[in-house]
Amino acid sequence: MSAQSTTGQTTTGRTTAGQPGDPTLVGTTAARTERRGRRIPWRFIGGRVAFYAFTLWAAITINFFLPRLMKGDAVSSYMARSQGQLTPDAEKALRLMFGLDSSVPLWQQYLDYWNMLLHGNLGVSISTGMAPVGDAIASALPWTLGLVGFATVVSFLIGTGVGAVIGWRRGGRLDVLVPVTTFLGTVPYFWLGLIFIAVFSTTLGWFPAGHAYELGVEPGWNGEFLGQVVSHAALPVLTIVVVSLGGWVLGMRNMMLTVLDEDYITVAQAKGMPDRRVLWRYAARNAVLPQIQSFALALGFIVSGTIVMEMVFSYPGIGLLLLNATSAKDYALMQGIFLILVLAVLVANILADIAYAILDPRTRQTEA
Amino acid sequence: MTTLEFRNVTKIYNVRGAGQLTALDDVGFTLRPRQTIGLVGQSGSGKSTIAKILTQLETPTRGEVLLDGSPIPRSGKALRRYRQQLRMVFQDPFASLNPSHSIRHHIERPLRLDHVVPRAQVDAEVRRLLQRVRLDADAVIDRRPHELSGGQRQRVAIARALASRPALLVADEPVSMLDVSIRLGVLNLLADLQREEGLGVLYITHDLATARHFSDEIIVLNQGRIVEHGTADDVILRPQDPYTCELRAASPDPEKHFGARAAQPARVEQTAGGAL
Amino acid sequence: MRTPAEESPTLTQPAGVGSPETAFVLAVGPQPPAKATFWSQLKASLAMFGNRKSAAGLVILGVFVLVAIFAPWIAPYDPNAQHLDQTLQPPSFQHLLGTTHIGQDVFSQLVYGTRGVLVVGFLATIMATVVAIVVGVTAGYLRGWRSESLSALSNVFLVIPGLPLMIIVASQFDDPPLPLIAAVLGLTGWAWGARVLRAQTLSLRNRDFIQAARANGEPLHRIILVEMLPNLMAIIASSFVGTMTAAVLGLTTLAFIGVIPVSNLNWGTILFWAQQNNAFPDYWWWYVPAGLCIALLGVALALINFGIDEYVNPRLRSAGERARAMKRKGMDVNAAVTQVRTGTASAGPAESASESTTA
Repeated sequence: MSAQSTTGQTTTGRTTAGQPGDPTLVGTTAARTERRGRRIPWRFIGGRVAFYAFTLWAAITINFFLPRLMKGDAVSSYMARSQGQLTPDAEKALRLMFGLDSSVPLWQQYLDYWNMLLHGNLGVSISTGMAPVGDAIASALPWTLGLVGFATVVSFLIGTGVGAVIGWRRGGRLDVLVPVTTFLGTVPYFWLGLIFIAVFSTTLGWFPAGHAYELGVEPGWNGEFLGQVVSHAALPVLTIVVVSLGGWVLGMRNMMLTVLDEDYITVAQAKGMPDRRVLWRYAARNAVLPQIQSFALALGFIVSGTIVMEMVFSYPGIGLLLLNATSAKDYALMQGIFLILVLAVLVANILADIAYAILDPRTRQTEA
Repeated sequence: MTTLEFRNVTKIYNVRGAGQLTALDDVGFTLRPRQTIGLVGQSGSGKSTIAKILTQLETPTRGEVLLDGSPIPRSGKALRRYRQQLRMVFQDPFASLNPSHSIRHHIERPLRLDHVVPRAQVDAEVRRLLQRVRLDADAVIDRRPHELSGGQRQRVAIARALASRPALLVADEPVSMLDVSIRLGVLNLLADLQREEGLGVLYITHDLATARHFSDEIIVLNQGRIVEHGTADDVILRPQDPYTCELRAASPDPEKHFGARAAQPARVEQTAGGAL
Repeated sequence: MRTPAEESPTLTQPAGVGSPETAFVLAVGPQPPAKATFWSQLKASLAMFGNRKSAAGLVILGVFVLVAIFAPWIAPYDPNAQHLDQTLQPPSFQHLLGTTHIGQDVFSQLVYGTRGVLVVGFLATIMATVVAIVVGVTAGYLRGWRSESLSALSNVFLVIPGLPLMIIVASQFDDPPLPLIAAVLGLTGWAWGARVLRAQTLSLRNRDFIQAARANGEPLHRIILVEMLPNLMAIIASSFVGTMTAAVLGLTTLAFIGVIPVSNLNWGTILFWAQQNNAFPDYWWWYVPAGLCIALLGVALALINFGIDEYVNPRLRSAGERARAMKRKGMDVNAAVTQVRTGTASAGPAESASESTTA
């Protein structure tokens, strides 16, 4: 008379054939994971990629409909300004983008628009001398990516580290950093940038006031150029870091407080593990996971701030390009930039999701 | 006479990536008024699935559930009547009451929805119900759930279930989350109410001893199948199925360890968890 | 304290066979609670604003609101009035914050600008929050493809960067009226609240008291409005505050860029004119106060949010205080072993158990 336990294993402890040695894992998802080694959570990543594809489709569709909702005279004045300077192909592309050919049915226009995009044709921009939109963006994009990417990574690392330490030393002297960084976080990016220019550049002369490099200097991979890039990027990076720091610090501190309450932390400490290990390898590692998820969401916010910042610093990136296009009413360029921005944010989101999936063993587990 | 019948009910869940899970396998029983059935089983045996089917959160894959001979209605007036006839008392006293509302609100709602009494008498009826579950109506009626203890909350849940004057009551582990010392009080309350109102009660539990104390019939569930079904005395004192024997043996019996005590037949009611 | 047994003699005999006295429930407290009046219930629902941080934030916000309402009485000059003989003056008694390049009083501009910021800010936030509630709660309550598609919709708006979208949409109009500006701001701000509300509603939906309400036969609109919504109030309040912060920042940024016509006076337009007329870096009185006001409003809103956070998650509330109290007694907050204090000679056994290392 042997009772059957719910796992189906007999009470004599014999493992069923073919399973690895640990009898307590029999029949659980963990056993199957162990057997096949470290898995890449394809289903999780697949789901996210599908969602991003949907988002991209939505953005493209918004882009398609937006000019068709515009007032007619804005579009016609745009065409009038560019009259005589367009190649027939360029003109056809523009007419398609703005929906000026009422003879073609809407769905046909939609398909043609997609066709145009897939060939990499984003129209021509009147504010940069009829150059293709793609070219204008391609020359500006690296500057923005470098600036935003570098500043965000720095801010994330510093903010998360500081937040972890503040959370660990509950009630310590560092606690005062939380309201300070939060206050700095509510300051508008552009205002702080202007202040920094006023203080560090005009008054103190430590850093140059704008642009990515000195006028008249040829870009190249040499020390002088790179040195200029760094010194010109210092203030913008500083602005982004200072403003976005508060969010990381606060979020990490709150997560740390929640994680430190967990029993496994107490066990680790009771085992005699040194404090530093418990803080970084146990607590911080688990607290940082939700931060990675919010990283992707914060990206949209950072992109917005960077746009205005480039205007303040005359930094030759996408943001400045967008603002110039706005004042010149260069619709084609504006829409092209919007699409590229959305694409960039989506790619960053995918990277963050992959990082999250690799770091969080639970996502790997549920795949099994 | 309102009768509830489970007839050959089978419930199979499709678990993504892991095949099928049979929660219930050919389960059948009949619940009549003035009768208490104890449904005993451990976690995963299917008791919660039965409760979910009764409250229409799930539908059987095969078989049917009949109220007075006709299938449970899905909509309309017949559904209203079904809901009014069969009420449930939930397991978790901390989650079964809405934290934002007063006790009065909780008991008023079923009274109003089912038009049990005329509007002018609603307040009096609320107080009467609270008295029936032996709570001081003045003290609790305007309080929020978080101001009451677990036992008091469970009594409020019972009062709410009784408000619509049902014929049948499903009690899903009503005392599992209460302090051991007050379990008997709540169970005796349920027994008294069952007797006075002539209810049919389905008492779902994992505790064989309280089932014995409280029920006329006992059904033992194991992995979705009924392995034993008989009167309470028969099941406890003369169990047929090996699983039932294991369950009974698992109940701690303090008298066994103290050999000095006179040899009395092990009375199951004294071995249940806590002060009976 | 009178027990029910004394009050109503009819209850003195124990009902039921052999039930011990525990069958009786004694009164909960010394006296029954006062009747729930409207005011006491209002006070209870405002409890989330009770702590110091929330109160401080509300006070600052209140000051701004008062300034906006009483602007004509507070501002000494008409904000657009030009005093061409007093251009670019530093702060003085006549002009508390100095003048602009055409002699306008900066202080008056700031005061009137508060109206622009708060009106558009509140309007945009209300629009965004209403949409967030409708989409979020519905997505959380429904099942299946309806819920998934609403969730996908809000995620799309969450991922698409807000400012470029706002710039593009706002630039389509030459002179947008205030509600339209508010609508554009709200368009990019509702998604976060919807996502949070959906998650909360999902978890609420499976709670027993909702099942009980459904079993009672409550109609759907009552379940959502009467049973669920009161439990979501804290989240909604927090989302409202957060959305307002984003709306204010978005508005001032759009004004600074110049996408919004400058006829709508707000703190961002002040900065726009300052930038256009080379106020940096010398004429600090022109551009510093406006930025500080934006930051101050943001701080006020953040404080309110902190207060709500601590109300919802009590761990955050006392973590710091308890650690400081322990430090004062000479104990290490992160020590792994519960520490035993031998205390003074008069105190008998050591008080140890109450001081645990967990917050």
